[in-house]
Amino acid sequence: MAEPALKEESREIFDEGLNRGIEKLTSEKIEQVINAVLEDETGARLKVYVDTCVHCGLCSEACHFYVSFREPRFSPAGKVKQTLWEMLKKKGKVSPEFIRRASEIASTECNLCKRCSMYCPFGIDVAYLMLVVRRICHKLGVTPQYIQDTAHSHSATFNQMWVKDDEWIDTLMWQEEEAQDEIPDLRIPLDKEGADVFYSVIGPEPKFRAQLIYQAAVIMDAAGINWTMPATPGWDNSDMCMYTGDNEMMGRLKKAHFESAMRLKAKRIVMGECGHAFRSIYDMGNRWLAWQMPPIPVTHAIEFYYELFREGKLKIARKYETPVTLHDPCNIVRGRGLHEMARYVVNEVCEEFVEMHPNREHNFCCSAGGGVINCGPPFRNKRVEGNKAKADQLFDAKARGAKTLIAPCHNCHGGLEDIIHHYGLGLELKFLGDIIYECMEKGQGSEM
Amino acid sequence: MHDSSNWDWDIGKKQIADIGKWKDMFEWVEEPCASPDGEKVAAVVKTGDMEFSVCQNGAAWENTFDKVWHLRFSPDNRLAGLVSDMGEWTVAVDEQAWESRFEFVWNPQFSRDGSGITVAAQKERKYFGVINDVPWEKGFFHITNLATSLDGKQTAAAIQTVPFSEGEIFKFQEGCYSVAVNGKTWDRNFINVWDMAFSHDHEHVAAEVRTSLYDYTIAVDGVPWNETFLSVWKPRFSPEDGSVTAPVRIGGKWTLARNGKQIWNSSFAQLWHHIYSPDGKKLAAIVAPEFGKWTVAVDDIPWRHTFGDLAADPVFSPDGKRVACVGKEKEKWTVCVNGEPWNSMSDMAWKPVFSPDSKHVAAKVEKNGHYTIIMDGQALKNDFEAVWDPVFSPDGEKILIRGIEGKGDDAKYCREVLSLKK
Amino acid sequence: MQTLYNFVSGPLVWLSFMIFIGGSLYRLISMAVLAKKKDPLVYVYMDWYYALRSIFHWIIPFGSENMKKRPVMTLVTFVFHICLIGIPIFLFAHVILWEEAWNISWWFISDPVADIMTLAVIASCIFFLVRRLVLPEVRYLTSYSDFVILAIVAVPFITGFWAYHQWFGYRLMLILHILSGEIMLAAIPFTRLSHALFFPVTRGYMGSEFGAVKNAKDW
Ligand code: SF4
Ligand code: SF4
Ligand code: SF4
Repeated sequence: MAEPALKEESREIFDEGLNRGIEKLTSEKIEQVINAVLEDETGARLKVYVDTCVHCGLCSEACHFYVSFREPRFSPAGKVKQTLWEMLKKKGKVSPEFIRRASEIASTECNLCKRCSMYCPFGIDVAYLMLVVRRICHKLGVTPQYIQDTAHSHSATFNQMWVKDDEWIDTLMWQEEEAQDEIPDLRIPLDKEGADVFYSVIGPEPKFRAQLIYQAAVIMDAAGINWTMPATPGWDNSDMCMYTGDNEMMGRLKKAHFESAMRLKAKRIVMGECGHAFRSIYDMGNRWLAWQMPPIPVTHAIEFYYELFREGKLKIARKYETPVTLHDPCNIVRGRGLHEMARYVVNEVCEEFVEMHPNREHNFCCSAGGGVINCGPPFRNKRVEGNKAKADQLFDAKARGAKTLIAPCHNCHGGLEDIIHHYGLGLELKFLGDIIYECMEKGQGSEM
Repeated sequence: MHDSSNWDWDIGKKQIADIGKWKDMFEWVEEPCASPDGEKVAAVVKTGDMEFSVCQNGAAWENTFDKVWHLRFSPDNRLAGLVSDMGEWTVAVDEQAWESRFEFVWNPQFSRDGSGITVAAQKERKYFGVINDVPWEKGFFHITNLATSLDGKQTAAAIQTVPFSEGEIFKFQEGCYSVAVNGKTWDRNFINVWDMAFSHDHEHVAAEVRTSLYDYTIAVDGVPWNETFLSVWKPRFSPEDGSVTAPVRIGGKWTLARNGKQIWNSSFAQLWHHIYSPDGKKLAAIVAPEFGKWTVAVDDIPWRHTFGDLAADPVFSPDGKRVACVGKEKEKWTVCVNGEPWNSMSDMAWKPVFSPDSKHVAAKVEKNGHYTIIMDGQALKNDFEAVWDPVFSPDGEKILIRGIEGKGDDAKYCREVLSLKK
Repeated sequence: MQTLYNFVSGPLVWLSFMIFIGGSLYRLISMAVLAKKKDPLVYVYMDWYYALRSIFHWIIPFGSENMKKRPVMTLVTFVFHICLIGIPIFLFAHVILWEEAWNISWWFISDPVADIMTLAVIASCIFFLVRRLVLPEVRYLTSYSDFVILAIVAVPFITGFWAYHQWFGYRLMLILHILSGEIMLAAIPFTRLSHALFFPVTRGYMGSEFGAVKNAKDW
């Protein structure tokens, strides 16, 4: 197992967005922006969190970065110390270099996974504080290049991957045709008004993982679901603007998403296996728009599969034989409590399930989430080495027989893939949908 | 609206199509659509291996296509679909395919009277707006948010004017997007351009724009307002004087601005989808007076009744005296007129429709998997397996119901005119 | 000496209680008002059931995962807080003072027990001090104010213990004891000791978010 090898190098990571971002900064500008954000956009929560923290360090062990590097600056409160405490103490009088570092910490050394809120006796929300830091850095124009580019894509195309309107529809038609080779009367109904289910995915699906759309269509078909997918922008439920601190864009994206479902008069939104997108729709974006809860109910894929199996709408032809273990994605476990449903589904489709430890709400983050993987190659090593904790967890599950790792979240997939590779774990990585598709009885319930 | 006075307004029910039998005629039948006058019902049908057509009132179009989608009736009762033939895409209207061909077409829109049909199109990686078979002379790297004027003779869209590669974040931030109206580009670039609106005389276009990552405003014919805001939503032109209004965000709250100046005194947790009364004298909008409470505000004053889940689809009565919207509370939908919600709750409610004399409001609703029309709070008729928005006669004395009765093989599509006179 | 004693045990007691009570109310109310203005969502998502559920798990020893992982720290923390709050209220000498002044009294703890508890507080303070100095992740977060606060908490117990045992200079120690106790009381609202005031709020809010919205536990 590789040893944590970080030390000073992180200070030298070159990132176009950070390095060029601070070029134009003046100390007046920094001071003005920090104070404006703190004054106009934060209030009692931030103050109480900062005043209440007793500097006890009990949150440290919660964070996979700290657990992996054993360096205090990677502890949750340590990250707050290096960023917000300093900004507050100096009343915003900090240097451009400080901002660069603050942005790097908030965007690439914290996954906003909220595990630390379960370890801090006071429930101090370090993820929220890191989002405030990201917001300040966004307002100063100092955000890592790759994720900023993604935020730009969101703003220009309403999806994460610069997918053009026609390319999206074309992909759906192509997946429909492919799937028809297997199930001749399968449809991916586009823009169908009044369907029960509005199915939405994240930008990378049409771009890199189109087979997931294919699989979802097969599942919908077999379960006889009255469903649709939108042929307009608003199809992408993902949201990197939430993670760059561009809250206005986050709101705009979520408005487009919900309004596509509302325009089609769908009863609920079912989304693919993605964690951060769920957080964006269920927790963050809706709030920015003043919807207390999502205006159209949102069902994550895990909950949807659970329903389909519970109601007998999906049947398994033969169970998946390879022993599996399950990564609990923070955004739908700490963010929605779907862990038991996930286990139910896994047990429905798999012969042998090996628990990972710790698990459920206490699972360690994959270190890709919170937009960290979206900050791209410059920060890849830090992210992977910063999650030796996960590697240990996986290694232990493997030692107890697991051969396949199920990660029902896109970002987790990306992150875990890197971890498996870097630490030579040799586990096969799958979505729950991959396994269900592989094992289910197909082409049963289709109805027009 | 299309002139509906020459439609069949005789009281009574007419069965138009034995739609349940279509399944035996084709490999599959997709979800049907009905013409506004109720005389026609159509659906995309599969006629053979990778061969699609359209069935209207029981008869299939002669031509078949590789693919047909987005089949809709225009306001003047013409049937339009997006079709692909030998790998080329175009629009087919009442069986006639357009001459112009593209690699892809999408987002079709109709003018108010139905005479104009526009669509977004892509050919050789260039993007166009197309108006009644005539594409813009110039294509662009990318278009989105196609908008069509009320007369259907003009289109505008957000376009990319400056090429950049992925990852060029600083170039992007210099502004690479603008608006093209009928293919002619505005002089100025913006960071982003979103929703657009045409003026009522079809001459002017207003758009939501972002002039830096942080500054939002409205640009009219390429000229941004002097004021910038934390965010904005879709602008609209006043039918009365051609001024432009838009929801704007100031200090974390939303309000309404005209030509850059705040015109409503109240501010809201949310304000969007503002609409003008037909005479242009009144303004209404969906608002959240408080976080998580939704209603409509008319001329700055929110209704007292609020919904917890959402309020949407606001519409003015033709005389401008009433506003209706749909609202949702605890997963149940209803219609709300001038702040009074109907008692009847449903699983879904569609945008309410006012009668031309403003006396009645009716809406399509879904309850327990069946559909019906509710008028002035009362369910009008039996349940349907499918139903379309109700249509009032020009004098407001009759209502046209278009629906499918019976299930499976017995499904019949009918139109029925009912008298509203007691 | 006597005048000084009279002063610290008379007007200063009043003052310190006033600062403590008034200051605490001020902090809590001003935060509530600020939250109403700036973070109104806190009120929307606060849920009593889930708030209490979470608080409950965090006020019983070993009620949370992290407490189970650090048994020594958990033990020390609970003993410390129980003694810290228990001694001032239930010490015989204090109860007598209340009785003399207001003619009210309540159950008290026997002196030998109080002695042990006081030692426990002092020992805990030493434990916290050592922890702060030795554990890198704690030292990293530590600022001077943390030592000052620790001292504010420790001194009343050290001096009280000293005075009770009537060791050398105990009269002075008694005065110092009263004075330091007053300082501690007055410091609660305005230093990080206010974590005592805000614990129910921050924990309750996190409990509400996790429980009511996210359907998960936060302990
Ligand atoms: S990565 Fe997770 S545990 Fe670590 S500081 Fe961020 S939110 Fe807390
Ligand atoms: S556990 Fe909580 S109080 Fe302790 S240092 Fe961490 S954030 Fe601060
Ligand atoms: S990517 Fe997965 S594990 Fe990681 S933060 Fe998201 S949900 Fe958590």
